[in-house]
Amino acid sequence: MNGKITHEDLLLGHAAGRLPAPLALLVRTQLALSAEARKRYALYAALAGVLLERLEPARLRADAWERLERAIDRVEPAAPEARHAGDPRVPPPLRRYAPRGFERLPWRKFGPLYEVELPVRGDGFRTRLIRLGPGAGVPRHTHAGHELTLVIEGSFRDAQGVHRRGDLVIADPSVEHAPVAEEECLCLWVADAPLKLTGPLGRLLNPFLRI
Amino acid sequence: MADDWPEQPSEESSEKERVRDLELVATARDRAAFRRLFEYYGPRVKAYLRRLGVGDDVVEDLVQEVFIAVWRFAGLFDRRKATVGTWIFTIARNKRIDSMRRDQEPVKETEEALEFEPDPAPGSDEIAELGRMSDVLREAIETLPEEQKRLIEIFYFEDKTHSAIAEELGLPLGTVKSRLRLALAKLRARLGEDPA
Repeated sequence: MNGKITHEDLLLGHAAGRLPAPLALLVRTQLALSAEARKRYALYAALAGVLLERLEPARLRADAWERLERAIDRVEPAAPEARHAGDPRVPPPLRRYAPRGFERLPWRKFGPLYEVELPVRGDGFRTRLIRLGPGAGVPRHTHAGHELTLVIEGSFRDAQGVHRRGDLVIADPSVEHAPVAEEECLCLWVADAPLKLTGPLGRLLNPFLRI
Repeated sequence: MADDWPEQPSEESSEKERVRDLELVATARDRAAFRRLFEYYGPRVKAYLRRLGVGDDVVEDLVQEVFIAVWRFAGLFDRRKATVGTWIFTIARNKRIDSMRRDQEPVKETEEALEFEPDPAPGSDEIAELGRMSDVLREAIETLPEEQKRLIEIFYFEDKTHSAIAEELGLPLGTVKSRLRLALAKLRARLGEDPA
């Protein structure tokens, strides 16, 4: 992915099915958390349906309906209970990765934060859940690529202000920040390059970082 | 029976009828309603998949998979959260993505059907007006200049990077992005929303 990524790019890209898996997961999670994001997304989603309907229809094979009818004889309708499966505190798009809640994940301590990588990769992006205790901070850093952080629980502060549940923070090489958790903070974190620490101590640690 | 299919493209049905049909599928497993949906959307889903570059050898199979999912997950459709067209587009889109990412974890259909499930579920008035939105968009899109219309279609329907789109249209990359943004801002304005 080249150039700056904006929030609108993400919403539109998701509606059109163009995002790599980590970014698609990020957008779906934000849509589950943020009414404002859903409101912005509604146009792009509605547009998809309208565009589909105005497409010139392509002729299907003559036996298409018969074949479909045979196929549906063999499938069960999905149970509506699927809606309520999983830990209700986990946003639905993340439930398959944290079926018994965030606490039960195999967190690993990494510097000031705890993290767990999710098996979602694509286009050079990797996906992690990260957790910061109250008052804990990530050392001042900039970015070699794109870094997208979605707040799932709690809040953190950086030079742009306070970010809360459902807020998405997009950083790239032009952004230098030192996020600090205000309260215990859990985020979905998607990036395509390691952080670059910029503080005096941080520079010494750079060789040890990886995405 | 099959011989006359699909000689006559089905008549344009309204969103209201399509919602009713999908809800009949959900509540009564109504095959006549399901067939009406298939006759309307099936050929359009095929057209969409072909524009995405799905080959002739697999496109019919993928159309079948899409509608088997429509049949199975109809009970998860919520008219307050999506139009029928958008919902079917989403299923088709995900089936396509899954077919390309066999090596990765597939998008889970139930999750997709739950895409807008708010957490914790409040009243979802915020998207309740999707139907109105679609009506406005249907007209608004026709008022866009040909090039902008084309850009939007390519963006949604073709698996091309911004650079490839720029090359195809003979435009600088920055222009592709700004015109796409402009076109969408116009649509947003027609809906009475703030521009991006």
